Parts: sequence; C-alpha cells; structure tokens
Amino acid sequence: MADTVDRSGTPLVELRDISIAFGGIKAVNHVTVDLFPGEVVGLLGHNGAGKSTLIKCLSGAYRMDVGDIFINGARAAINNPRDARRYNIETIYQTLALADNLDAASNLFLGRELTTATGLVDDARMEAETRKIMGRLNPNFQKFSAPVAALSGGQRQSVAIARAVYFNAKILIMDEPTAALGPQETRMVADLIGELKKEGLGIFLIDHDVHQVKELCDRAAVMKNGELVGVVDVDAVSVDDILAMIIAGKKPAMAA
Amino acid sequence: MSDNPALPSAAPGVRGLARTLELDTRLLGMIGAFIVLCLVFHVLTDGRFLTPRNIFNLTIQTVSVAIMATGMVFVIVTRNIDLSVGSLLATCSAMMAMTQTLVTPEWLGLGLNHPLTAPAAIVVGLGTGILVGAFHGWLIGYLGIPAFIVTLGGLLVWRNVAWYLTNGQTIGPLDQNFQLLGGIGGTLGETWSWVFGLVCAAAALYALWQSRRNKIAHEFPVKPLWAEFALGGIVTAVILGFIAILNAYQIPERRLARMFEARGEVLPEGFTAGYGLPISVLLLIAVAVVMTIVAGRTRLGRYIFAAGGNPDAAELSGINTRMLTVKVFIIMGVLCAVSAIVASSRQTFHSNDIGTLDELRVIAAAVIGGTALAGGVGTIYGAILGALIMQSLQSGMAMVGVDAPFQNIVVGTVLVVAVLIDTIYRKRTGD
Repeated sequence: MADTVDRSGTPLVELRDISIAFGGIKAVNHVTVDLFPGEVVGLLGHNGAGKSTLIKCLSGAYRMDVGDIFINGARAAINNPRDARRYNIETIYQTLALADNLDAASNLFLGRELTTATGLVDDARMEAETRKIMGRLNPNFQKFSAPVAALSGGQRQSVAIARAVYFNAKILIMDEPTAALGPQETRMVADLIGELKKEGLGIFLIDHDVHQVKELCDRAAVMKNGELVGVVDVDAVSVDDILAMIIAGKKPAMAA
Repeated sequence: MSDNPALPSAAPGVRGLARTLELDTRLLGMIGAFIVLCLVFHVLTDGRFLTPRNIFNLTIQTVSVAIMATGMVFVIVTRNIDLSVGSLLATCSAMMAMTQTLVTPEWLGLGLNHPLTAPAAIVVGLGTGILVGAFHGWLIGYLGIPAFIVTLGGLLVWRNVAWYLTNGQTIGPLDQNFQLLGGIGGTLGETWSWVFGLVCAAAALYALWQSRRNKIAHEFPVKPLWAEFALGGIVTAVILGFIAILNAYQIPERRLARMFEARGEVLPEGFTAGYGLPISVLLLIAVAVVMTIVAGRTRLGRYIFAAGGNPDAAELSGINTRMLTVKVFIIMGVLCAVSAIVASSRQTFHSNDIGTLDELRVIAAAVIGGTALAGGVGTIYGAILGALIMQSLQSGMAMVGVDAPFQNIVVGTVLVVAVLIDTIYRKRTGD
C-alpha cells in the first residue's frame, strides 16, 4: 500500500521531539513522527509503550511537557480537545468516549450541536443527519432513539467512527478501531480507511495486529518504553522485523 | 426462551398503550403511586384530603422544595450533590429580609411598602444565590474539592451567615408586595386563572402539534392520530381541572369583607370569590418550563447530561466540564433564591430556622422522581412529582393524626423503598 504516498511536500502533521512524564515516569520520551496527506502511519508497541499517550498530545487530551506540533508546516498550539478540533483533528478513542445515556445523534454531535434559529438544539435535523451518515457507514444500524448503552460493540464503534468522519476531518487518529469488532465489521473499517486515504486524509492508526498494520498502513512507527524505536516503510520490512522492533526494540539494518 | 415467556405477552396491555402514546412508564408508575396515596388519605381523613382547600394548601407548601428539586436534578445528573440548599435559602432569605426591612425603608429612606422595595429585595436575593452558587461551583469544578465536602461546609457556613445577618431574630413583617409571591394573599383570582389555564392548554397543544409536524418533515415515524388527540385531551383536562379546583377554593367571607374595607367599599350581599392560581405556583410552573427546555433543548442541558453519563467523553468532545460545574451550581443558587422568596413570603417573615432540613427534602424529591445518584439520568417533571409525593405524605399523615416521630419514620422509609423499586425497575427494563 506504500508506494502511492507523495512525501515531497510539507507534512500534514509533524510531532517534533515530544515528551510527557507522569510523576517521574517518562511515558513519551523525545519522540518525533510525521504524517503526510493520504498516508496511514501505524503506531505499534506493547501496552504502556506510550502510543496512546503520544497521540493524546495531538488530540488535546494531554498537554505535552516538551516538544512542538506542526500542522501543514505551521506551529500549532493544542491545549485541549477543542483546539484539536479546530485543526480538523478527529479522534476515535479506544474507549470510544461515548456518553452511554445519550442516543446516537446526541453523541455524534456532542460539542457541535446543530441549532435552530432560536438557539435551541435541533434534534430532528441531527437525527436526520445521523441517519444519512450511518446509512453510508453501517446500513444495518437502526437504533436511533435508544441510548448508546443499548447498542452492541460494533454499533457503538460505528457511532464513534461516524463522529470522527462526519465533520470533514483532515487528520484522523484511530486508537485500536477494530478491537471490539467481528471480521465483517473489521473489513468495513479497513475499506473506510482506504476510502479516507484516497480523499487525502492523514491517519494515525494504533493497532496491536502487525499483519493488519502491514496491510493498512504505509509506514509503521514502533515505540518501546516511551521511546521511538524507529519508523519503517511497511513494504520494505518483514513481519518478523517489525516484531523484533516491538519486542526487542531492535531496528532492522536497512530501515527507512 | 424458557425463563420469561409471560413478559412479552403481558406487554400489549398498559405498557403497549404507554408505548403508543410515547409515555414514560416510570412517570406513569409515579403518577399511579401518587393517585393511590391521595385516595388512601382521602378515605383515612373522611374526605378532607382531596378538597379544594387542601389541594390549594398542598400546592403552595410544595412549591419551595419543588423549585429547588428541579435544580438538584442538574446537580445530581452531573454526579455532584448539594447539601447546602436549605442553608443557602436561609442566607438569601436573610439578605432579602434585611433589604426590605432595614436597607430600603431606613437607609434609603423609602419608608414601608414602597413599590421599589420588593424588586430591590429580589435582585439582592438572586444576586446572593448567583454569587454563592458560582463560588461553590468554582471550588468544585476548578479546585477539585468534592461537592459533598464543599456543600457540607456550605451547610454550616450559610446557615450561620443567615444567623449572623439577622442576629438570629425573626425579621418581619415583610414588604406587602413581596408577600404576594408566596402567600395565600397572592393569587390570580378566578378570571385570570382561567385565562392562564387556557393559554397553557393552547401552548401544550401547539407544542404537540409542532413536534408532530417536525417529525413528519423529517420523515420520522409518528404516533397514530388518535393517540395525539388522546394525549392532547388528557393534558387539557388536567390543566383546566387543576385551575377549576383552585378556583373552587372560596375566599372566606370575613377575609373578603376586609379586602373590600381596605378599598373603602362594602362587601356586596352574596358575593363570593375563589382564590385561583397562587402566584408561587405560577413561579414553579415558569421554573419547570424553563428548566425542562434547558434540559432537553439547549446545549447546556445536553452537556449536563453528557458529562453525567461519561465525564471523560464530555471532556474529549471539547466540553469545558469545569465551567459546566460552575454553571450548574449557579442555576442551583438562583433556584435557592427563588425558593427563599416563596418560603419567606409564605410565612410573611424571615425566621432563623427557615429552610432547615430542606436539603434532605430536595434531594429526596429528586431521587424519588427518578434522578439516579450515579449521574446521567433524571427529569424535571419527576423531581416536581417527587416533591409533591413527599409533601402529600407529610401533610396527609399530619391530617390523619400520625405522631410526629412516626411521620418522619415513614418518610424516611418511603425514600429508601422508592429508590429500591426504581433500582429493580431499571434492572428489569435495562436502562
């Protein structure tokens, strides 16, 4: 999948020298990664390697201690999730970050409600929009008035994905988007990633499945104990090479 | 398949009807319990409970707790608690009492019963509620002190601020105009009550029609027409029936005579007048409508419920949850001030013990009304109904002649049992 990305221009996102520590533990230690338009970069590593923490600095959930974020070559100040949304960064969290007591439409538009002329929330229009996008992403989805607590894992996941896709994201962060899904739904997510890539979005994909990363991503960034082991072109290395990076922190000799 | 085949087949009865009308079964349960309660007391008191006079009294006794209970819904939905509402009510009441008995008549030299006195007192009271509420919200939201601790402290602090402000004395009588807002003297009279009732019924029918039109416009499923008409009919009947009952409570002849005397007239032979809708109940209705709109139709309300359902999700969606906490406690503070107006004007003076134990009644009303302490779930109408049930229970037992200690034992037990039933109900229905 790697050969189509044009990396000659300015990167869409540059995370430069990012560090963040929690009470003396360096969760992310001087990590630098970049992402180009139309590219999928996989983030790999054991639990606690710092993948999610790194990505939360970009999504505004955490504030990094040191480092800079550049979006389209310009320095970006991201202090909270609202800032990230302003830069068209959308995130699908591992926990999905859904309010279980609200319905699909309320979750999809949470923080960005459509309103009527009088300033009241326009539930009917939001539900209509939700029906539209769900019809595209997950045509089987029917439970529009039930709280999302009543939905299956896959249905909840599609609500979270719909929320990230609906608002014209330029940069998409997906934290294990297929962890709760069956084979068929996983296929759907893979197709969606391919589609979004074609539209020129940049995607950070956190995943445990090395085979899936090789299939879906252009490059893979491997982290271990908060440090970046290396960034490799997935077509230039074998699954074993990547596993060696994850487990031993060993960079393959010919790495990109 | 084998464990409960009876459940689905039993559903088409009442529950099926409720679903067609899109009514909340929990609400129906509460209304049912309330009706049973009223009928039982009616029998036990030999028909004295469901009289216009008692229903009138019941409503004006409920208002103060009910107003605060609507705010407590937001507080509890956001996974907080407010133990200080009774004390804050006392402080607001003390501030208003001092304003209208000392500041405006003496310091400003306006004398007694000046037309500006009541508005000035109300502004002072609301201001106090806003400031104290914002302060509580800031301590909880920005400094991260648990709401339980902040408001437990507030329970002691504001009760005694009120004491200090008034030297522990009863302050009264309050301004004549101010007294109209909570007491038996402040009612709309028969004609205006009917006008208000008809306007309310029209507004309710319009809202039903509007919501149906909106659904059709977006091609969503709608209720059958007969269900809309049935619902509209029930709503209209309840509103107008309530007005009819309040109008049926006649002003005593001696009181009428005094009213005419005050205007320099003589009471005509055979003249009667009903009290009609108390202004305090009007206030409660206004609060209920505004709070229901805030809860269901505004971003603020949406964020309150989202933050209660999943605080992390709310934060990650870009909602400023700290400021949200401040706003919720400001709303609570304002409602404490409104309740202080109603409570002090009902008793025509400020007393040192005003609002004592109200925090418990308010929390109980919200919880009986279906607000979940785990957060994320609660309704405004439920809290008001909860307050009404509590007050009915209390005054019903007093009328029957139940000893005071037993009254409180029963109220406490009912609270626990109500929550137990609600817990079981939620488990069964899975929501």
